Amino acid sequence: MPSVMLKKNTEGKLVFYVPKKDLEEVAESVEFDSPEKWGGEVLLSDGSKYYFEPIDGQPDFPVTLRAKRLDSGE
Amino acid sequence: MAALTREETEALIQEVLEIYPEQARKDRAKHLAVNDQSLEKSNKCITSNRKSQPGTMTIRGCAYAGSKGVVWGPIKDMIHISHGPVGCGQYSRAGRRNYYVGTTGINTFGTMNFTSDFQEKDIVFGGDKKLAKIMNEIEGLFPLNKGISIQSECPIGLIGDDIEAVAKKANKEIGKPVVPVRCEGFRGVSQSLGHHIANDAIRDWVLENRDGDDSFPTTPYDVAVIGDYNIGGDAWASRTLLEEMGLRVVAQWSGDGTIAEMEKTPKVKLNLIHCYRSMNYIARHMEEKYKIPWIEYNFFGPTKIAESLRKIAALFDETIQAGAEKVIAKYQAEYDAVIAKYKPRLTGKRVMLYVGGLRPRHVIGAYEDLGMEVVGTGYEFGHNDDYDRTIKEMGNATLIYDDVTGYEFEEFVKRVQPDLIGSGIKEKYIFQKMGIPFRQMHSWDYSGPYHGYDGFAIFARDMDMTLNNPCWKQVKVPWKTEESPKVAIAASA
Ligand code: SF4
Repeated sequence: MPSVMLKKNTEGKLVFYVPKKDLEEVAESVEFDSPEKWGGEVLLSDGSKYYFEPIDGQPDFPVTLRAKRLDSGE
Repeated sequence: MAALTREETEALIQEVLEIYPEQARKDRAKHLAVNDQSLEKSNKCITSNRKSQPGTMTIRGCAYAGSKGVVWGPIKDMIHISHGPVGCGQYSRAGRRNYYVGTTGINTFGTMNFTSDFQEKDIVFGGDKKLAKIMNEIEGLFPLNKGISIQSECPIGLIGDDIEAVAKKANKEIGKPVVPVRCEGFRGVSQSLGHHIANDAIRDWVLENRDGDDSFPTTPYDVAVIGDYNIGGDAWASRTLLEEMGLRVVAQWSGDGTIAEMEKTPKVKLNLIHCYRSMNYIARHMEEKYKIPWIEYNFFGPTKIAESLRKIAALFDETIQAGAEKVIAKYQAEYDAVIAKYKPRLTGKRVMLYVGGLRPRHVIGAYEDLGMEVVGTGYEFGHNDDYDRTIKEMGNATLIYDDVTGYEFEEFVKRVQPDLIGSGIKEKYIFQKMGIPFRQMHSWDYSGPYHGYDGFAIFARDMDMTLNNPCWKQVKVPWKTEESPKVAIAASA
């Protein structure tokens, strides 16, 4: 369950940063990304997938949230 | 010598790896790469921030060096205690050339060495009492200090001293910030973790000090310069440009910096990051907690300076944007003259670099402004995100080496035959003896500044002075005087 720092870049895309792993990636897609609900599966541009517990409304970016890595058994 | 092709470079890496035992070869192979600009992510081609192989000569430092030497040390009005035996602080004292204004020993302490000078009995019985006593002595002898940081050396973590408790108590007694930093040298694989630990200590012990205090009058143009250590005056040469374009520089982290500046940083509108490696952590933290955006910039060489000034200005209003253009125009005659003078003398020359935090990629533009080409580069303690940022800056098929060993570096140089090498003091004399011009790119070889337009003029002069120095013609050994020095080296390789 890595802590992930999330922010929006100038193009409004979600930037995903895992301090422990120096992983800095742009998110390709976010499962729920509407003013009412945010979270679910997030696909990164390097192909890896993470899961965020969906929440009501948009988080106040930048923010640190806990995520679950989906596609590998680390 | 003509540039190596991709195949030749790959073959060179294989050849150099040959000599290692199998395990070491496998490990080192991951740290050497041929640049491929088409890649978006460096982890496809290079591994970094891993433990160095025992037995190979690494050039890395320790976490204490990263915290005391790099991040905390330059904060001039604080006293930084090298807590532990005397050597760690004494042998690194005043080596980084972080310039500052002030009267050393009175209101600034940058080049002094404070240490708790651990003896056997401190290891056996613990050093907390001694530490508490030192704080009082410091207060008595140097009353104008604005705070104290405790920089842990290896033994502190091993004997389990509670420096946090001592710090809290001293903080109450003397009424100034006292910051314990757990940067024992054995933590992490290089000085890089020391930077991170130091950033975290600032976050936990300094940054919040003025939360809720709005007495500091702010302007919409407040910025902080983060990750400029004022080597040879770098931060000053940068700051003038930012101020000329209309911004107000509230804080310098940490070259010529003060603790008061750091405490005020959460009030700025934008953080400007020069050394990403050593201070991105605190910038990210401020972004999350205080909603202060940050951007990276590069003040080496006119091309990158103009690019950076415009990028910074774009985040402000039209007055600043006009200000940036004015600055660029104002200095144009100056840097055009520098280029006109030195480019003909340096053009086509090839450079190999091996440095620390930001320079392996940041100085490439400055060399290119002089018509030179960087054909190999690498970081002592870079991480993936550094290499991500390097791939696009470097030419295709150039060499990239992470945590290069003494042996590898020498072999690469023998084959690539650069006209100039930029690295540190430990490499300098080896390559000079090989007959290759060398510049120290950590300390600027006792010169500088190299940042900003003023710095570029000095940079160009220094490179020319080194590269075109007539002494290189004299280093031929007598029995090879007929050949050029380069051929002589190639033959001896
Ligand atoms: S590794 Fe430990 S003993 Fe060596 S310089 Fe660093 S802190 Fe001092």
